[in-house]
Amino acid sequence: MATKERISLNVNNKSYDLEVDPNMPLLYALRNELDVTGPKFGCGLAQCGACTVIVDGRAMRSCMTSVRSTQGRQIRTIEGLGTPENPHPVQKAFIEEAVPQCGYCISGWLMTSVALLEENPRRSDAEIRQSLSSLKCRCGTHMSILRAVNRAAKAMA
Amino acid sequence: MTKQANFKFTRRDLLKGGGALVVTFGMPGWAVAATQDGGSLSKPPLMPDQLDSYLSIAADGKVTAYFGKMDMGQGVDTAIAQIVADELDVPFERVGVLMSDTEYTLDQGGASGSTGIRSGAQPLRNAAAEARRVLLDMASEKLGVPAEGLTVTDGIIQAKNQSSRQVKYEELIGGKYFHVNLEWNERLGNALNATGKAKPKTHDQYKVVGKSMPRIDVPGKVFGQTPYVTDIKRPGMWHGRVIRPPVAGARPTGWDQDSISDIPDAKVVRVKDFIGVVAPEEWGAINAARQLKVTWSEVEPPFPEMDDLYDYIRRTPHVEENAGGGFGGRVPVDEGPVNKALEGAARIIEAEYEHPFQSHASMGPACAVVDARSDSATVWTGSQKAHKTREGVAKLLELPVEKVRGIWVPGPGSYGRNDAGDAAMDAAVLSQAIGRPVRVQGMRHEGHGWDPKGPASVITLRAGLDAAGNVIAHRFQAKGFSAWDVRSNEASPSDTLAGLLVGWPKNTRHNYGTPSESYDFPTKLHFWRTIPPFLETASPLRTAHFRDPQGPQVHFASESFIDEIAAAVGQDPVEFRLKYLTDPRDIAVVEAAAKAAGWETRTSPRRDRQSGDVLTGRGIAYASRGGTTVATVAEVEVNRQSGRVWAKRFVVAHDCGLIINPDGLKRTVEGNIIQALSRALKEEVQFDRNNVTSIDWLSYPILDSTEAPESIEVVQINRPEIAPTGAGEPSTRQVAAAVANAIFDATGARIRRVPFTPERVKASLA
Repeated sequence: MATKERISLNVNNKSYDLEVDPNMPLLYALRNELDVTGPKFGCGLAQCGACTVIVDGRAMRSCMTSVRSTQGRQIRTIEGLGTPENPHPVQKAFIEEAVPQCGYCISGWLMTSVALLEENPRRSDAEIRQSLSSLKCRCGTHMSILRAVNRAAKAMA
Repeated sequence: MTKQANFKFTRRDLLKGGGALVVTFGMPGWAVAATQDGGSLSKPPLMPDQLDSYLSIAADGKVTAYFGKMDMGQGVDTAIAQIVADELDVPFERVGVLMSDTEYTLDQGGASGSTGIRSGAQPLRNAAAEARRVLLDMASEKLGVPAEGLTVTDGIIQAKNQSSRQVKYEELIGGKYFHVNLEWNERLGNALNATGKAKPKTHDQYKVVGKSMPRIDVPGKVFGQTPYVTDIKRPGMWHGRVIRPPVAGARPTGWDQDSISDIPDAKVVRVKDFIGVVAPEEWGAINAARQLKVTWSEVEPPFPEMDDLYDYIRRTPHVEENAGGGFGGRVPVDEGPVNKALEGAARIIEAEYEHPFQSHASMGPACAVVDARSDSATVWTGSQKAHKTREGVAKLLELPVEKVRGIWVPGPGSYGRNDAGDAAMDAAVLSQAIGRPVRVQGMRHEGHGWDPKGPASVITLRAGLDAAGNVIAHRFQAKGFSAWDVRSNEASPSDTLAGLLVGWPKNTRHNYGTPSESYDFPTKLHFWRTIPPFLETASPLRTAHFRDPQGPQVHFASESFIDEIAAAVGQDPVEFRLKYLTDPRDIAVVEAAAKAAGWETRTSPRRDRQSGDVLTGRGIAYASRGGTTVATVAEVEVNRQSGRVWAKRFVVAHDCGLIINPDGLKRTVEGNIIQALSRALKEEVQFDRNNVTSIDWLSYPILDSTEAPESIEVVQINRPEIAPTGAGEPSTRQVAAAVANAIFDATGARIRRVPFTPERVKASLA
């Protein structure tokens, strides 16, 4: 393990200084140092997407992204999306479609969908399916997810 | 947007933790007051014969239902809130549901066999009805109006003829205990029931039941506020990881402490054959687990070659057999009558179907936090059965069970006995060893590699036809690994990895399953045989309940075979089923699915020549489960060049008696279909002679969003007069056969081995 270094992070528009192994994946910094526990550990291999956060506008797998590489960049997590009073359009659609079952993966689907639709909300169902194809959901909520993301795309277009 | 009104327990409250209920759950109302005052309002013991064990009404009128089961996102808690709201005559939004904390809920068996509503709701419904009756009596006295002259709306009791004479529930009982006895049936677990003097309402009186109320748990999950077991933090908590052997069955013989000397405070914990690491930080524990050099005993490779799996099952002598189905009693296998009938048949049809091991492959490797003290322990677990987890941890730590508290916290979804119970035991061993709370979460390779597996099997079917093509004999034989190598809960350490490693004896029991259907075949013998597990110690190929235990294996075979018979006698698959089905509800779902799907009556495979690479076909399968009956039509596209199968459309006719929440039912069925489709098309645990080699999502792929169907239509047959029978699993078991039958319809090729991978489908077309 590498020695700890001082790392500055900007998460959901708040700045934090941490003393951590700079090679440690961002996920553990978020969850254990900052108590930002929306992103989940699913595989540690960037295969499932449960840990997805948005870094400078792009969806990234925080389980394989070193904390050092995210210094000085804008990190967004599910906690920084919206609130029950003022939900992000994607969250609103996920609630209207009652998407999550166990919900362990849902932060990853939300963040990936947000990055996709904020870049360009004019997406066909085929594009949405393709863009979300590297995410896993074991409860099989795919139909609800696809309905919700299509719905959010229309709302954001 | 819909504002979520049902109150819930927030992450912050849960994470802060603490001994008292008020801190742990931020629970409003009387229970808090009672806990803090400690005396003026005495709490009756948490016993099934106490009304207070099931529900409470707070000073602000909020109702809490105490539910000894859990929900993994299929809306069981929402349904319970609906049922309680209707019986009590309070608004749905006013009801919260506290699930599976052994301190505050009874042992109702946890999540088990789609019984959340079927069994779990019964005592809560009765208790709510009884509470309403008692409150009416109290109001009668207070208002000076006979109870018959009172009516309740939204928790306000009024005189029927003088609405100004009224009193609210909370004015009568808010913050106080009922101290009312119920008649308890002396059972615990799924069978627990208790009744009061009050008669629960009849279905025509329901206002909330039957409506698509919004699921209580959704907003917390969508806003990242729901606490999961992985998010629990305790003061002084360390992180642990368990080291599994490279060859299954090998025991640790030593380790090199220097290999982790660069990790601050990392320690090795070894208890008999259990070896793990702990560190103050999770990243440290992960690195220690990766770096620690362990030497292992030499053992014989425990597994056959994977290619040999089905022959291994065929040639291994069985140790138990039963003609009594999966969960019925033991019925001796008497092959005489069916063999005699088969001998007299004009024609015999035979087929054999193979089903691999499958992994729960939960989204997160299992996690638990245990705080083991010298005289007590607390377990935070995502297990479906926190009461059983508590029992197992108590045995492992040699503590009286009442000194252990099990707290269910949502975890990565489980679909039976997944690895959650193992993580709890791992954390208990580590916490006891270092005298601190320990959080354990496996890595991905442990989730896939070492979780309990759905059992592999070979199923043989034989049908005898008379000269006119009528089925006169039907023989079903399943042979495979037991569903109970690991029992469906962790009440005994023997059913967990850690338990076995620290010396608890293996406790394999034998169970499999037979078809659940109502075909009237004159002579029928359905039975199963099981073979011993590969290993008598902790094993990555240990077998246990995995969603709809044995349902997918059994009905893939039995319902594929129905189509094989239909094809052999030249009959339409729907017509053939209707000819032999006897239960009117079974007939109704088959007819409803066929109608909604626009089923064209004809034989399979389709006769018209299809041009191009993509062939289309349709198939049906039907099966019942525990009182629920389901028929599923699948429409598929088969690419004859690539062998790829896309199940484009499903139509599911579903009858589970009274429907509590139509929207919840629809989504639950969709989840069943997708997961079962994934298992049918893609899932097969790979292994070599030493170990499981399906250790991540690449080596154990599941269905992705490009492979999801275009549509899943659920035809809901509501039968208000029939008590609800459950929907968590019954629509899983038809999917593989419906798809296989559709592939046959499209191509004329019969697939008899799961999963239907492109290679396998392509080979069958050759």
